[in-house]
Order: sequence, then C-alpha cells, then structure tokens
Amino acid sequence: MKEIFEILEQNARATPAQIATMVDKPVKEVQRVIKQAEKEGIILRYKAIINWPKLGREDIWALIEVRVTPQRGVGYDAIAERIYQFPEVYSAYLVSGTYDLAILVRGKNMQEISSFVAEKLAPLERVQSAVTHFLLKRYKENGETFHLPKETNRRLPITP
Amino acid sequence: MPDTKYAATGAPDNAISQKVATLPPSGIRKFFDLLSSIEDVISLGIGEPDFVTPWHIREAGIYSLEKGYTMYTSNAGMPELRQELANYLELHYGVSYHPEHEILITAGSSEGLDLVLRAIINPRDEIIIPDPCYVAYPADIILAGGVPITVPTNEENNFVIRATDIEAGITKRTKGILIGYPANPTGAVMPRKEAHAIAELARKHDLFVISDEIYARLIYGVEHVCFPSLPSMKKRTILISGFSKSHAMTGWRIGYVAADRRFIQALTKIHQYTMLCAPIMTQMATIEALRNGESDVEKMVQEYNTRRRFMVKRLNEIGLSCFEPRGAFFAFPSIRATGMNSEEFAEKLLLEEKVAVVPGVAFGSCGEGFVRCCYATSLPDIEEALKRMDRFVRKTRRAHGRQRH
Repeated sequence: MKEIFEILEQNARATPAQIATMVDKPVKEVQRVIKQAEKEGIILRYKAIINWPKLGREDIWALIEVRVTPQRGVGYDAIAERIYQFPEVYSAYLVSGTYDLAILVRGKNMQEISSFVAEKLAPLERVQSAVTHFLLKRYKENGETFHLPKETNRRLPITP
Repeated sequence: MPDTKYAATGAPDNAISQKVATLPPSGIRKFFDLLSSIEDVISLGIGEPDFVTPWHIREAGIYSLEKGYTMYTSNAGMPELRQELANYLELHYGVSYHPEHEILITAGSSEGLDLVLRAIINPRDEIIIPDPCYVAYPADIILAGGVPITVPTNEENNFVIRATDIEAGITKRTKGILIGYPANPTGAVMPRKEAHAIAELARKHDLFVISDEIYARLIYGVEHVCFPSLPSMKKRTILISGFSKSHAMTGWRIGYVAADRRFIQALTKIHQYTMLCAPIMTQMATIEALRNGESDVEKMVQEYNTRRRFMVKRLNEIGLSCFEPRGAFFAFPSIRATGMNSEEFAEKLLLEEKVAVVPGVAFGSCGEGFVRCCYATSLPDIEEALKRMDRFVRKTRRAHGRQRH
C-alpha cells in the first residue's frame, strides 16, 4: 500500500499497470487504492516540478518571519488563515521559537513582495512584526536539488 | 653495455608465471573494450549499486580525514568496528563471533576470498564451485594453487547448487565448497532445505564451506540462510561478506571474514604481509554504516524490489523467459528463443540497440544460453532498455524463424 504512494510521489505519471508490476498486486487493486486515496485527500494533486528559471521566469521569493498575537478560542489558526489566503503566500507554517509564523512568499519582482508586506501583511491588526528575508539562491526544494550538473553515470559500464 | 637479453620481445618468455599467463582473462573484460567505443549505451551490465553511499556514511569518512585519521589500524581492523560487526551478525543472523578472535576486516570481500583460498589450499587441493558463478571464484582458486571443480546448476533447480550434485564431485582431494548465495550472476537464493543438505554433506565428508554472502541483505520476500547459523556449521564455515552491496560502498573497499579463530589467525598472517589493514577512513565510515545505516538498506532494498518485479515481468513478456530471482540485483533470462549464443546476443544487442548485458557464458559454461541483466539502474533506463530489447528480440526471432523454414 505505502509502496504505491511512494512510487507515485517519485513519478506521478506511473500508470496503474506499471505500479501493479512493481508492487506485485493486481492492476484492479492498484486502481482502486489510487481512486480511494484521491477521494480521501491522501493524494491531493498531481503536479510537475518546473524549473522556471530555465524558461526565463525569475520569481522573487521571500521568507517572512511573522510575530502575531494569538486569539482567544482559536489560537493562531484564525490569523494564520487571514494570512495564508493571500495568493502571494506559497507556504505557511506555525513554528516554535522567537517568532510564530514562517511564510514563504512569491512575487514577480521585489516591488510586489514589498507591497504585499507593507500593504497587506503588516497592517493586519494581530501582526506585531514581520521580518522579510529575500531568498538569494535555491539549493534544494521539496527534496529536489537545484543547480547540480545533470547526474552523469560515474560507474564503469561493465563490472563483474 | 646495454643488456640485450630482452631486446626482441621486451621480456623473456618466462617473465610471467605460468599460472598467471595461462589464466584466462575475464570474459567481461573483452566486452568492456567494445562497449567503451560506443556512445549513449544503457548498461544493464553493471555489478554495483546505482545509489551513492548514504550521506551520513560519507560524512563520517570526511570527518575521519578532517580529524587526521590517516594512519594504519591494527591488522585485524579497528576494535570498535569488529565489535559493531559482531553485534550486527548476532542481530541479523543469530551467529555470534568473538570480535577479537573470530573477525578480520579486509579491503573488500574480494580480498577476504583471496586470503581464505590462499590460507586453506595445498597444491592441487580441489574446491567445489557452482557453474555459473562469480568470475573470481575459479580464478582465485587457481591462483591459490588449487583446482576449481565446477558443479553444474540450471534453470530447473533455479540455479541453486544441489547437495547430490556436489557429492558426485567430491574426491579425496576435495578441501571445501565455495558458494555465494544470493548469487551473482543469477539472483538465486539458497532455500533452507538445500542449505541443510549441503551442511550435512560437509559434515559427512569433513569439508569446509566458504560462504560468500555479499548479497545477503538484498533479498526479496524470502529468508537469507546464513550458513554458519546452521547447526554445528559455525566451526566449518568461513563467512565472507562486506558492505559494498548492502550499503552501496563498492569504492570504499571494505569487507570482512568471520570464522573460527584458527582460520582468522591464518588469514591474518597473509593479510599482515600483504594488505596490512583496510583503509582507516573506510573503517570509520563503516562504523557509522553499522550504527545508523539500517534504514538506508531497507530503502534501497525496497527500491531494488520494485525494479526487479518490473524487469522480470517485462523480460518474460518479451519472450526472454526468466525465473524469479529472489536476491542480489540480477535477472538471468534465457535467450535460447533467439537462436543465438550469449556472446552473440550481447554483442548484437549492444551494436544494434545500444543496450549492454553480460553474456552468461562469462560466468561458466552453464551460463551459456543466458545473459545477466542488472536492475541496479534507474527505472526509466530499465524501461527504455527493455523497450529496445523487445524490438531486438522480435527482429531476431523473425530472422531465426526464416532460417529454420
């Protein structure tokens, strides 16, 4: 069962027939498990990982540390929701430590991000402070490594 | 005046020892030269993991260099490593070896095998090996002054050597049996019943069993029978293994021999005069591998398993019938349906479709009619290779069919 999802996580385009062979289960069963998982929100979506800079699209990313005042009854959830609903917010986390919310924001340029912070985020009533860190370089994201030369096979082609 | 004695040939006729001069070169080598001249080949001919050594193990190696661990260790290997290894063998196979007296750390299991053969063989002693088997077995036996006696195995018994066939090969010169299961090149695993029969035979004829268990951790849905764990076999068995396959550490050159102390003493004698010790940074990395590498092994095994099922199914679909290999990372399909011998098949497949496989005959005459396909390569590459093989097989079958009519 777990194996099916691990294969899909690696390659969302693996067909039920291929997966069935790899996990040694009938195709019908694999199809059923996948359908069920889609329905139950175990598989949220199938998507491609695009290396946008290769297409010339250079987005600007910023990691923003936000300190907020929690709210009686709902804690951090209500204010977090206020924030993560903005389409500029790519990821949002509640974290322990010296600040409360860590959010990752994407914009077309610096201007877009600074106006998001200045006009949308900072003025929110429960936001005490926001510290913006612009990302300079991406090394690894969602388990994928960037900026590496294409993996060449370093093994000898024939070994005993 | 210059010495003109060697002028004609550069070396006298007796420059190379007869034993070495007459030793046939590995059948793999010839193929390698051909392969190097072709570009964009998908190779299923590799006998090592496609994973890089897990980072925490590499990091331990780097740390040892940073801290200046660049010296010899004791001949037997670092005490901490031998202790970890003793724990590991106990945990996985329930065999207990004394870390001080019964374990020797070697530079790869290949060194271990060489040491064992040199330590036990008297001139013309016979060692029984399965055919087909790993290319080094017969060669190392010959180099140690012994005589390899091959016992045929075949598809009908899933390429597992049978006690009855071994018995037929026993003479008064037989010193021991050298087996390696899970097997390179076939992927065969020895069932417990057969292992018991071989153990029985070893006791009856007072033989040693040299058990090369380098692929022990790469098994799929069956048990690995660790030979020394069989009743009263510990003192008769010399266990050879290492971490190249289980922890993807081929280039580090680290292995071990575990056996009764009289063997280890003898092996250590040769080891101290030849290798001295395994590299210290490798030993330190291996300590890390043993302490924290279990989840890596499991992950790799799971990955190999999915590829294995895929490859075996596809091979059977395209008409290269293949028994189910339950260990190592090789499939050993029959190519008889194509009407070619294994060398012809491998060469044509390489030239026409740019896929490299190893001819079965490189591993012994019983390997004729088969090729070794390694699935320690990425799934997309395996898929593409099998697509090309499918095309190749259909083409050759048509030609073969025409020839016969």
